[in-house]
Amino acid sequence: MFLINCPFCGERDQSEFSSGGEAHIVRPKQPTELSDDEWAEYLFMRKNIKGIQFERWNHVHGCRKWFNVVRDTSNDKILSVYKMGEKPPVNYK
Amino acid sequence: MPNYRIHKTEYIDETKRVSFKYDGKTYFGYEGDTLASALLANGIHLVGRSFKYHRPRGIVSCGAEEPNAICQIGSKKDLTEPNVRATELELYEGLEASSQNCWPNVKFDIGGINNFISPLIPAGFYYKTFMWPKSFWKKVYEPLIRLSAGLGKSPTEPDPDIYDHKHVHYDVLVIGGGVSGIIAAKMAAKNNLKTLLVDDKKILGGSTIYQNNEFIKIDNKLSSEWLKNEIQEIQKLSNLTIKTRTSIAAYHGYNFLLAKENLTDHLPEEKKQNKIRQRLWKIRAKKVVIATGSIERPLVFNNNDRPGILLSNSINKYLDYYGVTCGENIILFTNNDSAYETSISLHKKGIKNLIVDLRKSASSELIKQAESLGIKIYFNHVVTNTFGYRKINSLEIMKLSEDGNTTVGDKIKLSCDCLGMSGGWTPMVHMHTQSGGKLDFRDDDQVFLPKENSEDQISIGSCNGDFDLENIIDKTVNKINKFLDIDNQDYQDTNIICSKENDKRNIWLLPNKIPLGKTKCFIDFQNDSTAKDIKLALKEGFRSIEHVKRYTTTGMATDQGKLSNMHALGIIADTAGVKMGTLGTTTFRPPFTPLTFGTLVGRNVGKFFEVVRKTSMHEWHVENNAEFENVGQWKRPWYYAKKGESMHDAVQRESKAARDSAGILDASTLGKIDIQGTDASEFLNRVYTNAWSKLAIGKCRYGLMLNEDGMVYDDGVTTRISENHYLMTTTTGGAANVLSKLEDYLQTEWPELDVYLTSVTDHYSTASICGPNSKKILNKLFPNLDLSDENFPHMSFKEDKLENINCRIMRISFTGELSYEINIESKYGHSLWKMCIEAGKEFNLTPYGTETMHLLRAEKGFIIVGQDTDGTMTPSDLQMDWIVSKKKYDFIGKRSLYRSDTIREDRKQLVGLLTDDPKEILEEGAQIVSDVKSKPIDMLGHVTSSYFSPNLNKSIALAVVRSGKTMKGQKLIIPMENKNINVTVSDTIFLDKENKRLNA
Ligand SMILES: [Zn+2]
Repeated sequence: MFLINCPFCGERDQSEFSSGGEAHIVRPKQPTELSDDEWAEYLFMRKNIKGIQFERWNHVHGCRKWFNVVRDTSNDKILSVYKMGEKPPVNYK
Repeated sequence: MPNYRIHKTEYIDETKRVSFKYDGKTYFGYEGDTLASALLANGIHLVGRSFKYHRPRGIVSCGAEEPNAICQIGSKKDLTEPNVRATELELYEGLEASSQNCWPNVKFDIGGINNFISPLIPAGFYYKTFMWPKSFWKKVYEPLIRLSAGLGKSPTEPDPDIYDHKHVHYDVLVIGGGVSGIIAAKMAAKNNLKTLLVDDKKILGGSTIYQNNEFIKIDNKLSSEWLKNEIQEIQKLSNLTIKTRTSIAAYHGYNFLLAKENLTDHLPEEKKQNKIRQRLWKIRAKKVVIATGSIERPLVFNNNDRPGILLSNSINKYLDYYGVTCGENIILFTNNDSAYETSISLHKKGIKNLIVDLRKSASSELIKQAESLGIKIYFNHVVTNTFGYRKINSLEIMKLSEDGNTTVGDKIKLSCDCLGMSGGWTPMVHMHTQSGGKLDFRDDDQVFLPKENSEDQISIGSCNGDFDLENIIDKTVNKINKFLDIDNQDYQDTNIICSKENDKRNIWLLPNKIPLGKTKCFIDFQNDSTAKDIKLALKEGFRSIEHVKRYTTTGMATDQGKLSNMHALGIIADTAGVKMGTLGTTTFRPPFTPLTFGTLVGRNVGKFFEVVRKTSMHEWHVENNAEFENVGQWKRPWYYAKKGESMHDAVQRESKAARDSAGILDASTLGKIDIQGTDASEFLNRVYTNAWSKLAIGKCRYGLMLNEDGMVYDDGVTTRISENHYLMTTTTGGAANVLSKLEDYLQTEWPELDVYLTSVTDHYSTASICGPNSKKILNKLFPNLDLSDENFPHMSFKEDKLENINCRIMRISFTGELSYEINIESKYGHSLWKMCIEAGKEFNLTPYGTETMHLLRAEKGFIIVGQDTDGTMTPSDLQMDWIVSKKKYDFIGKRSLYRSDTIREDRKQLVGLLTDDPKEILEEGAQIVSDVKSKPIDMLGHVTSSYFSPNLNKSIALAVVRSGKTMKGQKLIIPMENKNINVTVSDTIFLDKENKRLNA
């Protein structure tokens, strides 16, 4: 059971949050120009890394804000949180 | 009656005699006893029968690791509890316990016959024997297994006890109140850290608290006296919370732990009343100190399971803590020094005993002490067999060969009435591994130890493999100072004198002249698996410990192999010729000891099981005999049966009334989202498939929302209230998810849009009136409102007042009838409803529930998202291409609508079905085929909605069928259990295709 540091509310129990999968997958601006394969890449393909992963989380039973989390999936350690629209911390690339 | 209580101790209150029943007979014990110690004091060792062979079994241990002494407590249907360990259950006046797994009784039972046919029950017996024929499973095998499994009876009525949950936060949690735990807790609390110390026993102190060997001293005091002083000290610390009778059940990530606190299990019946029985602590600790100790290992030799054979250290605890001796002529069989402490204790109390030691020799202080007391020691000997049916009465020992692989010389027969065994100690690394920690193997004494300690978790004391007192205290102090980054000097000058074990010898499976196949060397007492079973599994090709475990059922009983897993691993390693540390261990899963469901559920039982949402009209529905249906958390009226009406009758009447005159539905549960902002229109354009920019103020429009994969997600009507203000409705069940989805897009993909979303589902109550007379009813309610089609056409919106209260009225229809939805602030919902009913009286305004609503919309072929769709239906699959804008550049899911898969023509598509026999009603979910003769039968689809329409006087159904769009007029078959039903594919709209009724 994680403790997640919501960038708007502070540290809260995982039960207040819902996970939104991989972060930084930007919805294509012009979907109609994409081939089936390109669209499928956006729609279905996810990295599911063992190790450092960038994820979206929503403080659904709190401020309802979406934000980003850097988590090491091998030990579940959350290394960093940052707001939507902010650049991912470079030291975890 | 025999009395084995031979001396007084401070833990047993002999002034408080307690009577209890065991297997129907009354016995006496004292306050402070466990059920096990009280039984032993009465000379009772035999407490059960083994799982597979039904061999007589006795009390083995004094704690959570107990495999045999498991009892059924109480006999009340609602309060009886199985699988309670007698070694942990504190005795109380009126306790009723009975042995499990021994029908008809513990002394003679039918399953005992298995003992004599045991060559027929090898490893994997259940897998091999009960496989064939398949038809035997239900009638023969399963009842047989259930009968002989006999692992107690579940209560058959709801648990009346109260359980509680508590969330707590601490700087430091210390698990285990033995020497090391007490020191750690004291150091933490004295350094201003908010500390919680938990221990599963009634009192703190672990095994040191009853230690009375005068050789072992701390600061020149008996170690037990020194520790009592420490306990008094820590009880004064204001930063420290101490919870006894509290055991950690699970250790999750981020130092989140669950602990079960027992509050009333030790109290007599009348004192338990109206009290919380158990409390589940949900603990967040910044740092966790694991001091869970270790448990003694049995030894694996022939017939090592007779009643009267216990763990050596347990014999010591029963003697020194409870004042009870387990026998009068005791033999201790050991491979380490700890049995010598037991021997010396027994000797001091005048109990005759001798020692059989695997080791060739040993030379510690303890051994010298035993020798000087004249205790007979057989070094380099091994027990090869034991005798006695209901209790051990003698045993045979033999000398070990030089390499320890076999026995040599003559058998020596020794009489005894009790055997203590000590195969060394297994550190309790459960908590460490549950927290994600890895293990290392120490070859020296063949133990798994915590590999590394993280910055927020540490293991100390014997669970970390430190066994002698000096080592324990020194290491604990050093490690805790470092771990907590403190500089505590309390133990700087503590002077410890203890015995140091110098000699070690471990043999997992002890040698015997008798072939292994003819021996009974038990590893798992509760599941009756033997060394032979392990070897057989290996011979049959099993290699992984996880597979061997499952195949032989070793470690899979209620004790989860606390006494058996190490031996199974050891024998596998020896047999396979590999190093034990390389095999790994089985997974340590929570809970550490079984938990009741009540503890896990806490207060969330009965009406608190789930949140119930009721509309403001709810009471009216109750008073008018509504049957309710759960829709999400909402209670919705399902139908309103009049006296003598069945559900079918009621639904038929309601449906007819709604089309013939007028019906009224409580539509308050539909999700309502208030959308405002200068980009609200653009936002709707992006989330719905159709166009919204041109929707005039005061108009309503139906919208279909897709997922990005092109599949229908939700639907509903949205009203434009003003230039930048819309009210969206969603399905009842989808409301929360739709809001989340919309918020997600606004926050992450389109943050540039000026749009604000507010859920107003609970803010408004909605009464929906439909039918040809609905306009007349509306006119009575809102006499000043111009209801003409010119002023208030279909799909439009007006505001008016009902007795000075604002109402939003939408002329929209989900039934195909002329229909109005009146929305009012929730607190006036009940009044609105009653006024509607009153106004509608002269028009037979009939309240109808969700079933009739479903029927009416099916007559019109309107879909219900979640019933006619299942997350795999596109708008085109639903024959709703008309709602997908061709002009819009983009909306959620648009690109997916022409993926190669979504444009397939043989997708399942929504169609209508008409049964050849108009009275035949199809079952929802029934499969649809075209041919029942050629096998395998090709499934074409299934029925999604089915009703008998009173307005059409025939059965109608909606279904999804492969290539259904092209099949109109074709005959299909619905194969049912006893018959095939013939149907014809039809249009999805069954009634009023021209929509004349909307303006009737
Ligand atoms: Zn928040």
